[in-house]
Amino acid sequence: MMAPAVVLSFLLPLAGTLLLALSAGRLGARTSATIGVASVGLAALATAWAVTLYPGSPENVTLWTWIAVGDFRPTIGLAVDGLALMMMSVITGVGFLIHLFAAWYMKGEAGIARFYAWMNLFVFSMLLLVLGDNLLLLFLGWEGVGLCSYLLIGYYYHNSANGQAAFKAFIVTRIGDVFLALGLFLIFRELGTLDIGEILVRAPQLWQEGSTTANIAALLVLGGALGKSAQVPLHTWLPDAMAGPTPVSALIHAATMVTAGVYLIARLNGLFLLAPDVLLLVGVIGAVSMLLAAFAALAQTDIKRVLAYSTMSQIGYMFLALGVGAFDAAIFHLVTHAFFKALLFLSAGAVIISCHHEQDMARLGGLWRRLPVAYGGFLVGGSALVALPLVTAGFYSKDEILWQAMAAGNNGLLLAGLLGAVLTGIYTVRLILGTFHGEAGSDHSRHPEPGTNLITHHLPLVVLAILSTFIGAWLYPGLDRLFPSAPGEGVEEGHTLLQVLAIGAVVAGLALAGWLFMMRREWLQRQASHGTGRRLWSVWHHAWGFDGLFDRLLVRPWQLMVNLLRHDLVNLAMNLPALIARVLNAGLVRTQNGRMRSYATVMVLGVTVILAVLALAPGGAA
Amino acid sequence: MNGIPMEHGLILASVLFSLGLAGLMLRRNMLFVLMSLEVMLNSAALAFVVGSTAWNQPDGQAMFLLVITLAAAEASVGLALMIQLYQRFHSLNLDAASRMRG
Repeated sequence: MMAPAVVLSFLLPLAGTLLLALSAGRLGARTSATIGVASVGLAALATAWAVTLYPGSPENVTLWTWIAVGDFRPTIGLAVDGLALMMMSVITGVGFLIHLFAAWYMKGEAGIARFYAWMNLFVFSMLLLVLGDNLLLLFLGWEGVGLCSYLLIGYYYHNSANGQAAFKAFIVTRIGDVFLALGLFLIFRELGTLDIGEILVRAPQLWQEGSTTANIAALLVLGGALGKSAQVPLHTWLPDAMAGPTPVSALIHAATMVTAGVYLIARLNGLFLLAPDVLLLVGVIGAVSMLLAAFAALAQTDIKRVLAYSTMSQIGYMFLALGVGAFDAAIFHLVTHAFFKALLFLSAGAVIISCHHEQDMARLGGLWRRLPVAYGGFLVGGSALVALPLVTAGFYSKDEILWQAMAAGNNGLLLAGLLGAVLTGIYTVRLILGTFHGEAGSDHSRHPEPGTNLITHHLPLVVLAILSTFIGAWLYPGLDRLFPSAPGEGVEEGHTLLQVLAIGAVVAGLALAGWLFMMRREWLQRQASHGTGRRLWSVWHHAWGFDGLFDRLLVRPWQLMVNLLRHDLVNLAMNLPALIARVLNAGLVRTQNGRMRSYATVMVLGVTVILAVLALAPGGAA
Repeated sequence: MNGIPMEHGLILASVLFSLGLAGLMLRRNMLFVLMSLEVMLNSAALAFVVGSTAWNQPDGQAMFLLVITLAAAEASVGLALMIQLYQRFHSLNLDAASRMRG
């Protein structure tokens, strides 16, 4: 009975896209923004409606058959269960708040209709991704969100660097997508179906645990997840993706799209449980990404880049949870992370607009009194990010992850998680102190123009701030029944110890950061400006040099090869017909001189020649 | 009419045609170009008449009427074009109207 609500939830954003795209910007900025925000708002209402109608057990809604080739007949079908509804609520709920904030953020920008058309298309694709009952439909949404990400990163296309960033995001995630597509082919060949429910039933029947096929299939799917979720080694696109407008970073590159990889792995949990080695690899990659990104976040000066690395780091936590088999904990953290990271990004957006597009920490500072709303957003979001005990949403989800890692007996991952918590504390304190305290670094930050609009500026920030506190954690219903039991289920022994450890790590991180940035500020600057400290700063600032490595290893050899192939012999032969055509064209153009007399003359000459030929030809002139 | 051999008539027609053609190709003034066209049309009509006389067939005479009608239509269109040309370029020089080159 919930079919109409679910269908409405993704048709409304699609309708918004079509309306805005077909209007071709003729509607005016205000109307376009209204349409864009309203379509997602209505989608959120439809989602709420679907949630109230949810009978408590998974329900499949088949819309129609996509194609029918022999036994292969993928349907456009929706699988509505707790996980899908949870994701839908996050996508439309947080998405609506971000759309609303974007109305303030994008005021006065050119191409509002274009912006909202793509944002709505993104919401549509993302909903399709989480609702699809088969991997093909999921893949369609998967590619759709990738496309929207590309389009929106390159939104300010007048600056070629933004175009480059968009290309990079598209190409790097495309590498992951190829892996995912290969994974789908393999799964279809081996299991004969792409229906997610069927896969989870058939895989354990046909594959041995730890068998090569299961391992390869899981690895290929993991490849896709790594690209989309910006985990090592396919993570280099995410910091550059910050070239897009800040609401885009909040929606796509923090709250929803980048967590699609986590969703995918959680969805295909049965597949990964058949490949324990790959599942462990998921956790290890998550831990490595989390630590690498946390160190990189320590040495960024652009506030959006700090948040980008922090996003990578938090998704690392989710992968860590997946790796120990705690799928529910991963989704829990996905949800709370969507709340507090969207809040942080929107607050950063408020700072950026108020300070006339200034986002360098060195040129910001001392803003806490002048931008109280954004400051509040940063404080609440930041404390959720560092998982301040008891009062924040982040605490409950991160605690769950660390507890599951401990319960799984994986001390390496647990230690990495605790170290990550310390680092998170340090870079968050650095971010907030650098942006809001100390001396103002430029005229723009000395005289900011705070946002005043109650609906489009204050409301989204306040609602997200509320969701980032323990209230957000309460709202999470728990999806235990959907997933195989987590390692920590029903065990209580050691949980208190773990909580003490986790709180200790947070407090240690905050204390260390406070001591470093408030008491030993000058010492720190001296250390960072020469010797080992400087080298460390440089390495972290460039995020461990992955960009340079890929540039030398892949990009430049490729460009060299392309340049070599550009001037080869085959190419010359290919160009010959074009050259002939061009010469003939140049000759014939000259005869078209526009003078009627010469046309008449040439015509007479032609007629004469034809007559002469006819007269002189043997057997002619009869 | 029997006194004039057909060859003479045809020679006159071809001379007239050549004169018209030469005028068409050499003259710049549109008025003379139109007159040359007229001469060419009439030379062709003359050839029809000569032929019909020589072979005692009425078809050639009928064709002459058609050619006269065509020439009248051509003259009216041509003159209208000429007025346009003069209004645009304040000259009757055909070479001035050569913007459609290339």
